[in-house]
This record gives sequence, C-alpha cells and structure tokens, in this order.
Amino acid sequence: MSLNIAAKEIKPLRLNYGHIARRIGDNKPATRYQEAVYDVQPTTNFHYPPSWDPSRKLYDTARTAIVMQDWYSFTDPRQFYYTSYVAARAKQQEIMESNFELVEKRDLLQSLPAELAAQIRQVLIPLRHYEYGANMNNQDICHRGYGTTITSLASFNGFDRIGMAQYISRIALLLDGNEETSLQAAKEAWLNNPAWQGLRQAMEDSFVLDDWFEILVVQDIVMDGLLYPLIYEAFISQVAAQGGSTFLMLTQFMNEWSEENTRWTNQLLKVTASESPANAQLLAEWVRVWLARIDLALLPIAHLAFGAKGAEQLATVKAELLARLAKQGLKV
Amino acid sequence: MSEHKVFMIFQNTADAQPFISAFEQENPRATLDYQPGMVRIEGLGELGITQAVVSELAGRDVNLQELHLTLISLSGNIDEDDDYFRITRH
Repeated sequence: MSLNIAAKEIKPLRLNYGHIARRIGDNKPATRYQEAVYDVQPTTNFHYPPSWDPSRKLYDTARTAIVMQDWYSFTDPRQFYYTSYVAARAKQQEIMESNFELVEKRDLLQSLPAELAAQIRQVLIPLRHYEYGANMNNQDICHRGYGTTITSLASFNGFDRIGMAQYISRIALLLDGNEETSLQAAKEAWLNNPAWQGLRQAMEDSFVLDDWFEILVVQDIVMDGLLYPLIYEAFISQVAAQGGSTFLMLTQFMNEWSEENTRWTNQLLKVTASESPANAQLLAEWVRVWLARIDLALLPIAHLAFGAKGAEQLATVKAELLARLAKQGLKV
Repeated sequence: MSEHKVFMIFQNTADAQPFISAFEQENPRATLDYQPGMVRIEGLGELGITQAVVSELAGRDVNLQELHLTLISLSGNIDEDDDYFRITRH
C-alpha cells in the first residue's frame, strides 16, 4: 500500500491588521515594530478633557507648535518596540556588568593618579543629576507628546537615563570604596558650585516649557548633542590618555547610547524639517536660542574638564553639532 | 535561458524578513513566490543583497552570515564578503 501525502496550502485571508494595511499595503506581512507603534494612540471619542489641561483633548496635536500631516511619518531607525528595546539593553547591561566586575575584582582604579580621580569626581559624577533631569524631560515628552513612534521612544530614552545615572553612581562608589563622599560632594556641586549652575538652571527651565517638541529639541538634541561628545568622547579620551583607560570601560554604554541617540534624533529632525518650511524655521529658532544658552552654561564645565583648552574643545563640539543639524536641513 | 536561473529559498519568518525584503528591494527583476512556510526568490543570472540595506531594514547592525539561520536552499555560485552576498550563474 502506498501512502500519498499531499501538501495542501491554506492561504491566510489577510496578512496584517487593517490599520497597518492602510500604511504598508495588505499584501505584505507587518514587522513587529510596525504592529507595536503604528496608530496605537487613540485619536477620537475623548469623552472628557483631562483635568490637568482642560483646554485640550487627552491626546492633542495642539500641544506643540510643530505641525505634521501625519505624526507617524517618523519611524525609529532602530525599530525599538518593547521586546527589541529590552533585548538590546539586556545585552549591553551584561557587558557593562562584566566591565564593572572586572574593575572591582582586579582593583583597576588602584593605580589611578589622585588628581585624575579628583577631576572625575568634579566633572563626571555630578552628571548623574543631569541624567535624572533628562529622564524627567523625556518622560514628560512621553506624557504630553503625540504619535506612538515618538512617545514610546521618549519613554525608552527616559529609562536609559536612569540606567546611566546608576552607572555614574556606581563609578562614584568604586572611587570611594563604597563610601558615599563623592556622591554627596557631587550633589553639593550640582546645587551650589557656580560651575554647574548654568546647566542646572537651563535644565530646570526646560522642565517647565509648554511645548513638548521644544523640550525634545532642548534635551535630546542641543544638551545631549553638546554634552555627550564633550564629556564621553573628548574628556574620557583625555582621561584615558593620562592613565585612566578604565573609564573607557565604565562609560562604554554612554558612548554607544550617544551614537544611537544621534541616529534617531537625526531622522526625527530630517522628517520634521522637510515637512514644511514653517517647521524647519521653528526648529532652527529653538536650536538657535538654546544652543547659545547651553553653550554658555557648559563653558565652566569644559574648563573643569580641559583646563585652558576648555573653550576650544567646546567650540569643536558645537561646530560638529551645527554640521550635523545642517545635514538634516536645519539652518541655524 | 533557464540554465541561468538562480534562486534563494527562505523560511517565511520575521527573522528572515529583512533578507527577503532586501532581495526584493535590490533585485527589481527577481520574482517572489510565497509557498507554504517559505519564500522562493528567483532571478536570472544574478541575485544579491548588501549589508547596508539589510541593516537598515532590520534597524540594527546585521551580520550577513545570519541569513543562513533562515535559509532553506539556494542555487548559483556564491560570491560573498562582509558587506555583500551574491549568487550568480552565467
């Protein structure tokens, strides 16, 4: 007896959801990212105005002066949705964990020159308060923003900041053999040292901005665009050259993160600026105002980090940021 | 003519999607044949993808060797490097 097994194909009636099909066509399976972000946010049937902002709807495009025909025309080039984000960060966390473990186990900070340790305490450790502020700003964008592609990403960004603040705290504890003197000194510096007050004030002023897109520009583009290259590229490289190469390992995540941050902010600026000349002009105006202010605020910190060469380093970083923005169509 | 035919067959899964889309995008004359559980990509003479395109579609840095995790079969002479993968028959 012969057994004849026939293959029978059952075609699925549809390959994706209706709201995805309207964006990518119904003949193509959707990626997980597309399913997780496209049109997830409610747009109609808001029964009550929110008590914290009764003049607007719960989700309202009018919370920013930026106008987009379609708020989903920007998509994250990293395609982060919950699973891919968590998987990527778990991998990086594992690497950072083993970095810290190695430094602790082999006592790699033992040979650190005392003046270098003092400089790290002065320049790097107070930044944990900067990261916490950046977390507040990004959670605020998530809260009041529009379009899941942007708000989900702001929320991830906020979580990253908590992580980075914790890495900095751990560096401080490593420096002090688990005493909290550096942590307390750093908080004191953030609150009272004149060098940090410009940045702190700019940060606190950004908390109360009305327009969430402006917060995004100030925090994730201008502040990060200057501070990350200045500290995590230039300053840490200088520290490494003077015998503190351990810090390359301890700030590895911040470096990688900064590259990622540049990637999605570039894309966001490009999409938003090319939508209309009015958008491009508004973005350029925000950048112009805040760049001037943050540039000034970072000068004393650049002096702490690079001594006499501080102004020069900051100018280089600023020129790089302007070149980057110009490439996305922003003439500042 | 048919002796110049080359093909790649992938599992039709989310992991293979960036590769399938890259073949579709970079070889406008290739045909895609969706069969139960798999996709057959056929071309004449040559089929190729580049690492940059696959990475952009996947949203991360993709190592082209990852395609072997979802590859079922192929026909053609392989020409590959870190930044491209090509099969040819002339």
